[in-house]
Amino acid sequence: MGFLSPTSALTRYRVEGRIPGPVLEAVREGLTAHRIDDIDNGAEQKSFGWTRIDHPFQPQFDDSSFAIGDMFVFALRIDKKSIPPKVVKKHLNLELARRKLESGRDFLSRSEKQMAKEHVLNVLSLRIPAVPNVFDVVWHHDASELWCFSTQKAANDTLETLFTRSFKLTLIRLFPYTLAELRAGLSSAQRDVLEKLTPTHFAE
Amino acid sequence: MLDVAVAHDRFRFLGNEFLTWLWYVIESEPDHLRRIDENLTALELGNRLVVQNHRQQTTETVTIRGDEAGMEEGILALKKGALVAEINLTYRSGDQTWHFSLKGEDLQLSGLKVPQTAPVESGEDIEGAVIEKAALCQRSIDLIDGLYFEFLRLRLDDLWTAKVLPRMRGWIGSKNSPKNRQTA
Repeated sequence: MGFLSPTSALTRYRVEGRIPGPVLEAVREGLTAHRIDDIDNGAEQKSFGWTRIDHPFQPQFDDSSFAIGDMFVFALRIDKKSIPPKVVKKHLNLELARRKLESGRDFLSRSEKQMAKEHVLNVLSLRIPAVPNVFDVVWHHDASELWCFSTQKAANDTLETLFTRSFKLTLIRLFPYTLAELRAGLSSAQRDVLEKLTPTHFAE
Repeated sequence: MLDVAVAHDRFRFLGNEFLTWLWYVIESEPDHLRRIDENLTALELGNRLVVQNHRQQTTETVTIRGDEAGMEEGILALKKGALVAEINLTYRSGDQTWHFSLKGEDLQLSGLKVPQTAPVESGEDIEGAVIEKAALCQRSIDLIDGLYFEFLRLRLDDLWTAKVLPRMRGWIGSKNSPKNRQTA
């Protein structure tokens, strides 16, 4: 469902603010500083960051291929390890039994159980590869508009957070009210009417 | 401007009113559409329409699907106070065709199919494909913006209650309802 896919889904944003100084370099720095870290060989269960639209598993921004026409085109990648609950349960059960045996007690405190669970999750996370999800992003810099090719709430929320962190700019989702306020060119009189608007009852 | 989160809830109705107006304009005033988009050949309802009626604490949803689906269920729901919550549209301009669904709540596009572009066979094709695809996506966005801004122009004017609303009520009242209805 990406930008170049035959079918896609799209959420629109207004980019609030401007990048001071050379824009291309600032965007490259933002993308590079917050590119996705691979967690396949680590204990982390989730990672997110920027990647390339053409090579989503090689997140390098050394060249300027992310700048196309008047757009910046890149992607948000969210990697997540999903450990099946039954697998966690099995290994936790074995770990708790082992710790009881080692301690010589037939019980463990709540904090000991919690530590055992964290240990099990860390060990399993090292053995399970992350599932990557890629969401394409098209940023029309001159028009201060950005398209995220996803309508998933989690992806949109992550995008908003990461974008602000990377470029020190704010994304405002364009939905009916913000589209009216920010894009429709309303007069002050129309804005006053909009603020006081109440639902229409079409049924008689 | 109001706080964005507050505004999202406060004006939740606005997008659904827009889609309800759009259905009316498509059916009853197609020439109006051509004045909004001079490149428009046709704008047609697609194969999915969702209408919702928020009453007290409950929401009644009617979903109409299928290429040959009749819209009578939707009209009956409008007569009971429902609004269009999601609409699937086919936009034709010259010999090119776009398909997409639009949700009233947030105006997000889903199922967006733009006219076919040249296949990407190598890395060198990417740049051209991106520019072409972005321009085609922009066409659908320009259409939506044009329609929505026209709706706003009417909605924020006295014309809304004086002329548009009576016509829409007349349209809803003039449509036939089904004998039996099913809700989803």
